[in-house]
Amino acid sequence: MKLQEVIDILGAQTLVNGVDADVVVESACGADLMSDVLTYAKAGALLLTGLTTVQVIYTAEMADIRAICFVRGKKPPEETVSLAQSKKITLVKTSLPMFESCGKLYRHGLKGCSET
Amino acid sequence: MMSDETSPVPTTGKAQELIYELRVEQAMTRDVVAVTPDNTMDDLRNIMREKQISGTPVMEGDALVGIVSIEDLIKSLAQGQPQAKVRDKMCRNVVTLYADEPIVRALNRFSSYRYGRFPVIDRKSRKLVGMLTKGDIVHCLMKRLETNRIHAELRHYRPGHLFEDISSDESTLTLRYRITGGDFDKAGHGSSTLKNSLLTIGIHPETTRRITIASYEAEMNIVVFTQGGDLIATIEPDGVTVHAVDNGPGIPDIDLAMQPGYSTAPDWVRELGFGAGMGLPNIKNNSDEMTITSTVGEGTNLKFTVHTTV
Repeated sequence: MKLQEVIDILGAQTLVNGVDADVVVESACGADLMSDVLTYAKAGALLLTGLTTVQVIYTAEMADIRAICFVRGKKPPEETVSLAQSKKITLVKTSLPMFESCGKLYRHGLKGCSET
Repeated sequence: MMSDETSPVPTTGKAQELIYELRVEQAMTRDVVAVTPDNTMDDLRNIMREKQISGTPVMEGDALVGIVSIEDLIKSLAQGQPQAKVRDKMCRNVVTLYADEPIVRALNRFSSYRYGRFPVIDRKSRKLVGMLTKGDIVHCLMKRLETNRIHAELRHYRPGHLFEDISSDESTLTLRYRITGGDFDKAGHGSSTLKNSLLTIGIHPETTRRITIASYEAEMNIVVFTQGGDLIATIEPDGVTVHAVDNGPGIPDIDLAMQPGYSTAPDWVRELGFGAGMGLPNIKNNSDEMTITSTVGEGTNLKFTVHTTV
């Protein structure tokens, strides 16, 4: 699924344009526990999370995740935004909660990390 | 050197070009810390510790009269002579480099002599203008290759080539990152820098991913549980090993700590997305070898290796 489709489906707002919106995300991972992301997420996945600390950006960097969606309308602090800019990681936010965000994307055919 | 046929390897060529193009003065340290022949070996010890260096030139006024290194210091301490003068312990047979020589010539010197550092002299004035270590060369090359990588996204660069270029009798590169305990704004920065360096050197992205996921977990443990520690990455042609060392409280029961889900982390750590007892199991899963030793009240020494994917 193209990143732009993710943005459309979730009615999301782009905060940082790290990668091109035409980039395809192969799978997605929804978690607030960064250790779980490090354990299960595939390279190139989309990360959906309710956590907005800089550790989210570092986690994405280590796991080769290029796009992050903050759920429940969470607004990341300035340090998180500027770190994402320097790492060229896309940040978007949606007002939908975690379960609904994941459900909508899954219904549109985006696979989970154990399915790819 | 052969390149991978399916993916041309311009970075390798670039590293080779660079060692001919770059001059010693572009890689050397200009801010030279020197001692005098009248300093004691104990003075030297303090200077080395304070400046975090492993050797200095010995200067008498403007003249370079010798060089003294950590090996000389250890010898004199072992002989019980901390008050000995530098003049009696230094090496007088100083081999120097000229500032305008190409790096490749410096590399030859490093392999012909087993010295860790060379003073750099200006060819005309004959004055000391800097010091050069192998580490200086590696950092200078990495900086140049980094610029190259960002511009061209060259990732298919086989590891080991850089080592063949820079070293003949020893092919190890060590990168050290100081991790500050309790500094959550920076927690992750060490592993982030390590990741960038590994990709720059040309370590395979999948190997890099595994090693830095493990090092990030190790870094979080140091930040959360200790006053601070070090991540020391040793890069060899066949793999990358990380030592995560701290002087923290230690782990009373390692088997228990290795169990997924077991955690002694305080609640605030969960707000950072960690502390759910997945750290050590995750490090083990991402590495090919892992050993951990720990003494309560003294600290923990964690070591893990990921073999290079060629």
